[in-house]
Amino acid sequence: MAAISSWGRLGRWEHEVQALTGQEHIIRQLKNGRPGIAHGMGRSYGDVCLNPNGILWDTTKLDHFIRFDENTGRLHCEAGVLLRDIQRLFIPRGWILPVTPGTQLITVGGAIANDVHGKNHHVSGSFGDHIRQLTLIRSDSPPISCGPGLEPDWFAATVGGFGLTGIITEAEIQLRRVPGPWLATETLPYNSLAEFFSLADASETGWEHTVSWLDCLHSKSVRGLFMRGNPTPLALSHRPSSRKLAMPFVPPVSLVNPLSLPVLNTGYFHLKKRDSGQRFVHYEAFFYPLDNLLDWNRMYGPKGFFQYQSVVPRPVGFDAVQAMLKEIAKSGEGSFLAVLKTFGDRKPVGMMSFPQPGVTLALDFPNQGQRTHKLFGKLDAIVREAGGRIYLAKDARMPRDLFIAGYPRLSEFLQYRDPGMSSALSRRLIGE
Amino acid sequence: MPDTIKSIAIIGATSAIAEHCARLWVKDSAVNLVLVGRNLAKTEKVAADLRVRSPQSTIRSLAGDFVDPLAIRQLVANITSEGSPDIVLIAHGSLPDQIQCQQDLSANHEALAINGVSPVLFAEAFISPMQQANHGTLAIIGSVAGDRGRKSNYVYGAAKGLVTRYAQGLQHRLAKTQVKVVLVKPGPTDTPMTAQLKQQGGKLANVEDVAQAIVKGIGQGKPVVYTPAKWALIMMAIRHLPRMLFNKLDI
Repeated sequence: MAAISSWGRLGRWEHEVQALTGQEHIIRQLKNGRPGIAHGMGRSYGDVCLNPNGILWDTTKLDHFIRFDENTGRLHCEAGVLLRDIQRLFIPRGWILPVTPGTQLITVGGAIANDVHGKNHHVSGSFGDHIRQLTLIRSDSPPISCGPGLEPDWFAATVGGFGLTGIITEAEIQLRRVPGPWLATETLPYNSLAEFFSLADASETGWEHTVSWLDCLHSKSVRGLFMRGNPTPLALSHRPSSRKLAMPFVPPVSLVNPLSLPVLNTGYFHLKKRDSGQRFVHYEAFFYPLDNLLDWNRMYGPKGFFQYQSVVPRPVGFDAVQAMLKEIAKSGEGSFLAVLKTFGDRKPVGMMSFPQPGVTLALDFPNQGQRTHKLFGKLDAIVREAGGRIYLAKDARMPRDLFIAGYPRLSEFLQYRDPGMSSALSRRLIGE
Repeated sequence: MPDTIKSIAIIGATSAIAEHCARLWVKDSAVNLVLVGRNLAKTEKVAADLRVRSPQSTIRSLAGDFVDPLAIRQLVANITSEGSPDIVLIAHGSLPDQIQCQQDLSANHEALAINGVSPVLFAEAFISPMQQANHGTLAIIGSVAGDRGRKSNYVYGAAKGLVTRYAQGLQHRLAKTQVKVVLVKPGPTDTPMTAQLKQQGGKLANVEDVAQAIVKGIGQGKPVVYTPAKWALIMMAIRHLPRMLFNKLDI
């Protein structure tokens, strides 16, 4: 048994970890009976990748490329390959992953199972939009190959299906042409929510990547920084430093707390405001700013932290986001890493995919027990009323009724569930 | 920069450490690579991965018997028929269950053969053509376990001890030539071979870091590479610990 925690570090639980090494090995492991859940890099924040006192199937040794077609950009690989390894190998060859989230230290399988999104949702959708085929190994049937044009129902269940339809072992990804590793970016400060929405709307065309950081403690009004970028063929010679900083220990209390937060947020705002305007930024710094700060999740101290990420439909987006920010400011629990972004008007690939047309707000909160949960209760009410949903990859606590309300295709999805798959999240929200 | 493409042969190419060394070798330049494993399908999977990483490299996979001396001789003759490689890495092994080896002499014999006898026979078979060419580096993976016999894994340790002595002998024999022999001693590393150790809560080195140190050590022709480097100190202490104290340790 090994003690495993997820990225939120809300606790450490004993797991029986079994490293998967190949197709036959996986089929054998799944026949051995007890339910478990696939676990890649453990970068999801809550309990979607955990199965306390049960089995975790470690997929990180399934890290082989299988085939790549230089002409079409189609990459076939095992599901434990890291997005980082794809980016580093193929960007110099003129191809890039069309969609990546804020970290590249995740596996392909995890990216599919959580149907992750990035800063370019309005242009490119989510990760699942670029999967042409995948292989699923199940405990109760022969392996299944599926894709948008092959067993599309299995595919729609598995993309965003948080590991419950079986173990994803291989995938074929359609990469996209990219002129080089650099982006032409622009950072614009904004001072109200209305200003954010008008920047977001204005950037929908002409900008491939948009995202914004938000100071949600600033009580007078909302302020933040809107960042947008496009790939550029410009070849700059200096590479960003590959030096990594690490959070070397877990501080006894969260470094993000009511005393430090106003300072952190104001400091960050002014630091970044100074950089506003147009700049060329390397893709690693633009897409994955925190990957160079190893173990940054430790800064929240021994009790860990929650991430609360919701999406609400666009017509009610302004009011809902404003209401949430008001509740947060009132509670005094603030969030340092607050991210606000609009999603494009696209139909999600998966039955249980998180992205839907609207606006998404992601917030990190140090775990303060009851106080934090009380705030979440208020935020839940706003999300529920707005007809929104919470992102499963981030969640460790949403009530079951909000899950059911937010994911209307749940009962359809459950027909594709593999009885051999079970996670802490599935037991919490589905009951088994 | 070498003006010709480097040729590299890896025995035990499906071992995680060997595979990560290969990934590093193909990363920066095209190489001519021969991968040898016990299972052709598994070896071919490693080869396919490397071909994606380095389409400009030539990568061939072979399967062979790792125990039979004649088969080893033939396999090596096949690999060296077109010239002696610039680098040979002998990397295969499997971590046996110590208790099982104490109770079952066939399991014991098998563990000694695959971890000890087999690698040194490969080394011996490769070294003649390399000596004749007066060129190349032969690296062989031993283990920190080979530095002193311990109750928890002396069967594996004894096999790796054989590898250690053999490598020393080859180094002595080839001291006056251009051929380098590198003995690699990894500490416990996070690979499928050590899955059981990890399950018991052991702290394991990252296989990419270990491979990095090996590739660097081979490049420099270092006689001994401990990786992670701290194991050089730890094993020095363990080797020199007086028996009275050593016997009290539960290791």
